[in-house]
Formats: sequence, structure tokens, C-alpha cells
Amino acid sequence: MYHWIPFWPDTAAVNAVVVNNLYIAELGLSGLIMVTVVAMMLTFCIRYRKAASNSRADLETKTWRFEILWTVATLGAFLILFVWGAQVYIWLYKPPPADEEVYVVGKQWMWKVEHPGGQREIDALHVPVNKVVRLVMASEDVIHSFFVPAFRIKHDVVPGTLETLWFKATKTGIFRLECTQYCGLQHATMQGEIVVMEAPDYANWLDSQGVEESLAQQGAELFRAHGCSGCHGKNSTIIHAPSLTGLYGTVVHLQDGSIRVADEAYLRDCILNPRSFTVAGYPPVMPDFSGQLGEGDLLKLIAYIKSLGGKREAGR
Amino acid sequence: MPVDVRRVPEVQYATLEQQGDTAQLGIWAFLVNETIFFGALIFTYYLYRMTYPREFAAAAKDAVLWCGSLNFFILLTSSLTIVLAINAAAQDERPNRMVRWLLVTLILGVAFLGVKGYEYYLDFQDKVVPIVDFEVKPGEGSAGELFWIFYWVATGLHAIHLTVGIGLVLYMLLWPIRRGEIGPAYYAPLEVVGIYWSFVDTVWIFLFPAIYLVGRS
Amino acid sequence: MSTTTFDDTPRIEPTARPSYLTEENTVASWLFTRDHKRIALLFFASITFFFFVGGGAAALIRMNLATPEGLLQPSLYNRMFTMHGIIMVWFFLIPSIPTTFGNFFVPLMIGARDLAFPRVNLLSWYVFNLSGLVVLYALIMGAADTGWTFYTPLSTVYANGYVFAAAMAVFINGFSSIMTALNFIVTIHRLRAPGMTWMRLPLFVWAIYAVSVVMLTATPVLAMDTFLLAVERFIGIGLFDPRHGGDPLLWQHMFWFYSHPAVYIMILPAMGVVSEIIPCYARRPIFGYAGMTIALMAIAILSFFVWAHHMFVAGISIYAGVAFSLLTFFVAVPSAIKVFNWTVSLHKGRITFDAPMLYALGFVLLFTLGGVTGLMLATLAVDVSVHGTYFVIAHFHYIMVGATVSAFFGALHYWWPKMTGRLYPEMWARFAAILTYVGFNLTFFPQFVLGYLGMPRRSYTYPAEWQIWNVLSSAGASILAVAYLLPLLYLGWSIFRERKADANPWAATGLEWTTPSPPPTHNFERTPRVSRGPYNYDPENDRFITQEGTPHAR
Repeated sequence: MYHWIPFWPDTAAVNAVVVNNLYIAELGLSGLIMVTVVAMMLTFCIRYRKAASNSRADLETKTWRFEILWTVATLGAFLILFVWGAQVYIWLYKPPPADEEVYVVGKQWMWKVEHPGGQREIDALHVPVNKVVRLVMASEDVIHSFFVPAFRIKHDVVPGTLETLWFKATKTGIFRLECTQYCGLQHATMQGEIVVMEAPDYANWLDSQGVEESLAQQGAELFRAHGCSGCHGKNSTIIHAPSLTGLYGTVVHLQDGSIRVADEAYLRDCILNPRSFTVAGYPPVMPDFSGQLGEGDLLKLIAYIKSLGGKREAGR
Repeated sequence: MPVDVRRVPEVQYATLEQQGDTAQLGIWAFLVNETIFFGALIFTYYLYRMTYPREFAAAAKDAVLWCGSLNFFILLTSSLTIVLAINAAAQDERPNRMVRWLLVTLILGVAFLGVKGYEYYLDFQDKVVPIVDFEVKPGEGSAGELFWIFYWVATGLHAIHLTVGIGLVLYMLLWPIRRGEIGPAYYAPLEVVGIYWSFVDTVWIFLFPAIYLVGRS
Repeated sequence: MSTTTFDDTPRIEPTARPSYLTEENTVASWLFTRDHKRIALLFFASITFFFFVGGGAAALIRMNLATPEGLLQPSLYNRMFTMHGIIMVWFFLIPSIPTTFGNFFVPLMIGARDLAFPRVNLLSWYVFNLSGLVVLYALIMGAADTGWTFYTPLSTVYANGYVFAAAMAVFINGFSSIMTALNFIVTIHRLRAPGMTWMRLPLFVWAIYAVSVVMLTATPVLAMDTFLLAVERFIGIGLFDPRHGGDPLLWQHMFWFYSHPAVYIMILPAMGVVSEIIPCYARRPIFGYAGMTIALMAIAILSFFVWAHHMFVAGISIYAGVAFSLLTFFVAVPSAIKVFNWTVSLHKGRITFDAPMLYALGFVLLFTLGGVTGLMLATLAVDVSVHGTYFVIAHFHYIMVGATVSAFFGALHYWWPKMTGRLYPEMWARFAAILTYVGFNLTFFPQFVLGYLGMPRRSYTYPAEWQIWNVLSSAGASILAVAYLLPLLYLGWSIFRERKADANPWAATGLEWTTPSPPPTHNFERTPRVSRGPYNYDPENDRFITQEGTPHAR
């Protein structure tokens, strides 16, 4: 949408509506505070300018009453804002069960997108309208930040871990995708578009991409090529290794007594640094794969492990 | 004997006593700042040690325990000797006893640096110097290198602080004490140096278990 | 608490003592001076220089953003906003008010002859200039290109610029901060004149005390942080490197543990200045003196517990986010109280609108707008939307530039007669004050709109439909540049041509006004005795009560 003077961003997702309401309420409160301060200041400046003859007798000396009143009033108003903001924040960052999952890798200076079906895009993300889309995001180099102004969602993508983010678009159209964490020379051009389509159009688009293998299939090949299947494979009897079937989303008990949910970030940690995540009851024999697998390959492996079943509603 | 003219306070103070009080407050405020400086480093260390307990324990086994322990005793003893020097300054009009204890403190400080230098030499032999000559030992993983970065940064900064302390003691000997300005009437400068010295000692008390005692229990 | 008790008999003969400016005039007498007033002027020269260096970078930034395509090479633009941030934060805003007006007036206001450690004070200036040379070296050789926040691993591995030199400049600069802060803390504790109790301290001194506590305790964390960064940059591996299991977020935690309190380091002294100016020109006591001191200290302490509100979208636990949001709202309460108190301090006054007062009123308005937008940023869900956009840029410029620089200029005009012995041209000064206010709002208000539209910060280009707001902003910046340059001209002129000031041209109450203008070396012939609070203005009779208890008419 183009306005002659752009004043307000598109509001094109359920997330955006909720944040927008809060933002408008805060604008109102801010306006009220500003008007109060300006009105008081103007009134006093006029009534008590040097030339004015209003009485200056009986200056207020018991200031404590006012101080306490102000403290309580501002604290009360702030607490309302806090609770409202915190509720929405938790909702924004706790993904509901996803209809679609998409893998996003940030690198200097592009967003690489991989759909579970194997479709790949750069600086663009096609999604269906009215569906909960969950993003699993990784960075290959520095910190990036995935931001869609029209959806009011944002999350940094920090190298060394995986982050998740979700949205549910309510309007079809093309919306800006940005990086809002300065990431080097061409940070300003690390931008793309989110294309929101009707479900049938989206299905057509997926089909027209001409892919041969899904992400999980590509992951399965890597699984064999890197020798993972030797121990974790279905028929493997050589070494006693935890089965990966149905693992995703379940609760895992580790050797050191800690408990982790087997989400994407956990799977990634296990592949790269297995000794720190030895599962209780298994010998710590897995070699670490850090330096051997890029972020793209890791996501493929994770997609494969997820394809082996598990609890779908996993996630933070 | 020194004349009282040398014991006139600086212009912003009313009395020598006030000047001494102020110097003490100054050094304590400075040590608050120093504590937070080293605190930030030690905090970082414990954060990583909690994240990588096995790797840190494996890496720390290569730290030279006898050097660290010997230095622990040297530095603790030097804190005692500098306090004895301050005690002497407060009691004796003649500086002999104070000078003697300060010289002992100096020797202990230099001995610490000597042992530390020898330990660094052993560390080079052991290939635990990140980037320059580093060999990943079994069980360390890549996080073991983080331990050694901490080791070099922490002991290096501590050695610099101790060197400054040695410089301050030398300065006291060569300037105010030689000119007879330190005595029972006014010994705040020596106290300030002593407080600083004890702080450097205290830092080692925290660094010692963090570096040498991990994974040895 | 021990305080100064000099003999009543002056140690220096009272007969026509020369002022601190004229006592000696060799170059060496300036470069090796221990007089806090001369050191204040040395600092003033240094920070003014860096203000215009940083301002030059800002001019290039706004020039580039006047068109979507831009004028500068991307690499140059990135280096300019990085150096603008580094220079303005560490080489102007943080030292600005403490090292100049703090240095000059804290001893005068508490009735002392100098700071507790004059040599440390001078050393602080030399260390500041050393760090300044290093940052200029970094700038001239090709500058850093990481943003002033030096986020890892961009700064340690991927950036091409002179990151090591820039980080070392910040590291060295910290020592200067620490020395200055330490000096103020000790001075305010130990060198107050007889009768100058804590609850009789001028609010400016309270503010400098609060800021010194924050500086002394926050700066060492930054020092360690930048030291580790420099090590990592230098040897290529370090504690923040994700490839070796390091945590990039740890850098952010440590950086903001300093840099959030640093925001209060920049604003607290400005609050102190405004609390001096408003009673003087409203001719009445400040409203709620005790509340003001409590609010100052509350801000100083709470400022240490809000750092992670810079990291709501960075991947910290969402429950940590909730906790830090709550604490951030708490720190906003004392700030709000101060705004109300300043405003009500106009009630039943006898207000004149001289230039310092215009700057102070501008400060209150800009600070309030910066404050309410700060509330929006403290609200978690809204922060998710506007974090990393121009909304944040606009917000912190309102606080750090709008408010702090206004207070800086307010202080400069208010105390100019005391520092130089000359008045300033009032009409020119009022014009500059109003121009500052107009130019500032025109520059930064459009950036709030741009921020909610989604314009990311640190971008050299943007979509064409956002140009209108950027053009407004750049136009405002050119007005602001004029408003900031003007005082340099007319104040410079006033030193040679303007009328001489008497000891107390504004009929103000502070002890600094009981000395001649400009004051002699070592300030007071006799240590003043303090018998009452700092703002004894009586608006009903348009006079004030001196410390001796006699009325003093305007």
C-alpha cells in the first residue's frame, strides 16, 4: 500500500493487531502526559511571570503529599503498561502449534529460506494467509535480526544457536522483510519481501519450484554420508546409541541430571557438542561435528530427525 | 630530623589528619572500582565454567599447581610484611624498621613475578598458549581454549597490578621516606600503598582456586 | 562526617587577589595547573573539539539520508555513524557536564578550595586526551565500522575497520572517567564547608555525586569488556567467539551493564544543572528538595538493574525480559517525579525568561518526550516492534542530545559570567535557545514516525516513500547545527567585548556567587559557613536570604 505521506505501517497479521492496540494506547497516554506537563508549564509561566501581579504568598511547604501522590499514580499507570506489554510479549514469543514451518538462515547479507518441501528462496518468503507459520532461524556469521514491520515481529538471529519466531498473516500482499541488527557493510540492503498468498496460490507456487527432494530427504542423505546412521540408524546394532525415532519434542534426561526438551536448538547442540549433552544411560562416544556442518546442513539434518516423528507442538 | 614545614597539608585541606582521611577514602573508592573490574572477569569465568564443567576441569589439570601454591604463600606473606612496615611507621620516629619490612615486601613481590615468569615458561613448553602455540588436550574440546584465554588475561592483569604495587613501594622508599616525610605524625601515603598491596593479594586469593583447584578435587 | 575547618584568619592576604585566569599566564601554568577551574577549562576545550568532530559525522549522516540513494559510499556511511556514536558518547556526553561545570563548580558550591586530588584531576585530562588521540588515530586511519556498540562476533571477526584502536580508545577513556568520578566522591564526602550538611547540598552537587557513584562502579565493567574485546580482536580468538563455545550475548550483557548506566551518567548532571537554573529564574525554592535528592539516588541505583532491556529481542529468556521490563518501569518513576517537581517549581514564582531558563524549560519538555517514548520501549511487546529502528534513535537522542545538550548550554550561559567575568549578549542567547528547541524537534520527531514505519537504524539507504520524513529530519539538523554553532561565536565575542560581570549578576543563592567573577585561585579567602538550605529565594518579596541570614534584593 502506498500513501502520499506514509504515516502508519500496514497491519497485516494477528500479531500486528495486538501490538498495534497496545501502541495506540501508549500513544494516548504519552499524549496525555505531554499535554499535562505543557499545560502546567504554560499556566505557571503566564500567571507567575515577573510582570504578573498574582499573589506569591503561602508557598506550599508540605511537598510530601504531592510526591507520594505522583509516585503512586505514575507507578500504577506504569504497572498496567508493564502487565499488558509482558502478556503480549510472552504470547509473541511462544509459538502456537504451527501449520507451516520454514527454515531461515541469515548470512552477510541475505536471508536464505528453505521450505520443508525443499523449495529454496533468497531474500523472499512465500507463506499462505491465515496459517500459523513458524520460523526456525540460524545465522552463519554475525548477529542478524529478522523483522517484518507489517507483522510487528522481530527476533535476533544469534550465531551458535537457533531461534524461533511465529506469525499468522491476515492479508495477502507483499510486505517488507528487514534486518534490524547492524551486520556489516551491506546491512542496509539485507532486505527482502514476505509474499502472503491464498492457500491454493501458495500450493501452486510450491509445486512450480521444481524441487526433487524435500528437506528431510536431503537430511537423510547427510545422515548417511556423515555416518550418523551407523549408530543412530534403525537397524544399527554396533553401538548403543539413543534412537532418534519419535525424539523431537520429547523430554530428554541427560547424564549430568539436567532435563532438556528435544527442540531444534537442542538437536543442533547435540550434533555440534555431543559430550556436553550425553543422554543418561549412554556412553559418551559420539564425535563432535563442529566445523564439519554448515547451518544449512544442520537444518536439513534437524528436518530429517523431525520427520522421524515426535510431538509437533514442541517449541519455546 | 625533618622539620614540620614538610608536614603542612595541601591547600585544599585544613589539617594533615583531614588529608590522610581523604587519601584513605580515595583508595577505598578506587578499590571498589578495581573489585568490579576483576569481578567482571571472574564472573565471566564462572559463567563459562558452569556451561563447560568437563572441558574446564580437563584444561585446568594442566595448570602448574606448585607454582600457583608457592605464589599464594609468597603473596600472603608479603601482605603481612607490608602491614608490619606500616606498624613500624606508626610507632618509630626512626625509619629503619619500616624500611626493612618494605624491602622484604619488595623482595617477595619480585619473587612472585619470578615464579610467575617460570610458570609461563612451563606453560609454553606445555603448549597451552592460545594462537601462539596451542594443542587441544584430550577431553578439553574447543571450550578448553576459553579457560586458557581466561588464564592468560587474568594472571597477566594481576601481574601488571603487582608490578604497579612494586613501583609504589619503590617510590615510597626513594622519595617520601628518604625525605623523612613518613613517620608517626603522618603515614597515610604508606597506608594507601599497603591497602592497595593487600587488594592485589586478595585478587590472587580469588584467582588461585579458579585456576589451580578446578577438577582436582 | 568530617568537614573542612580552616582558621578564620586567611592564609592568603585578601588584598586584591588576581583571578584564576590572570594569576599566571605562561603555557606551562596552564598545562601543569592543579587549579580545578583551569582544568575545567582545559576539559572544556577538549570536549568542545570532540563535540564538533562528532557533529561533523552527524552532518554527513543526515546529508546522506536526505535522499534514498545517499551520497556516501556505504563503507564511509557505516564508519561515520560508528565514529559519531563513539565520539559523542565517550568523548562528549559522558565527560561533558561533570568534567567542565562539575570540575569548576563543585568545589565552589561546597565551599572548598579545590578538589581532593588536584594532580589526579589533571592526570584525568591528560588520559582523556590520550584516549582522544587514539580515537582520532582510528578515525583518520579509516575508522571502525561496527556501530558504537561493538556487537560480537561482527566486531571481533568480521569487521574490517580499526576496531582494535577504537576499543582501546574507549578502554583508556574509562580511566579518565574513573579518576574524575573518584575525585568528586571523595571531595563531596570530605571537603564540604562547615554547616554544609548533605541536605543543604545544592542539587547540582547531589547530581554530580550520584553520577560519580555510577561512573566509578559501572566503568570498570566496560573496561574489562573492551579489554577482552581488544584481546579477541588482536589474537583472533576469545571469550565471545561462538566458534569456540563463547557466547556473543555475554558481550551484550557486559556492554549494557555499563552502557545503560552510562545513559544516566549523561542525564543526571543535566538534571542537576536544571535544578539550579529553575529556582534562580523562578525566584523560588525548588519544589520537593528531599524528593529530588531521593529521586537522583534512586535513578543512580536502579540504573544498574535494567541493562537487559536493550536485549528484549536478542534471545534472552522471555522471563528475564519480563523482569527487566518491570525494573525499567521502576526506574521511570523517579524520573517522572523530577519532571513534576521542576514543573511545579514554577508555581508562585517570579519568572523571567533569560536564556538559561529557556534552555532549562526546553530540557524539561524534551526530557519528558524522551521519557514517555522510553516507557513505550520499556513495554515489551512494543519494543519487539520498534527495537533496532529509528524509534530508538529518536528516543535516545531526545534524552541524550535534546535534554543533556540543552542543559549543557543552559549551564554554559548561567555560569558564563562566573567563569569568564563577562556577561553574554542576552538576545542572541535567547535566539539560540529557541532555535535549538525548534531545530531539535524538527530533526528527531520525524524519526519516531520512521521508526514505527520500520526504518532500520544504521542503514545508508531506505525506500523512496520514506523520503519526506528524512528530508524534514535533515532540514532540522541543519537548523540545529546553526543553533549549536551560534553560541561559539557570540560567547567568543563576549570574552573581549561584553560588559564585565559583577560577583552575582543573577542574584542567585549558591556559594559560587559569593566569590568574585572570575574567582581567584583557591576560591575563598575565608571558608564560608553554611547555615541554611541552597535555594532561599523569597518570591513574595522578590529577594533571597544569604547564608549570613541577611536579605539580598534582586
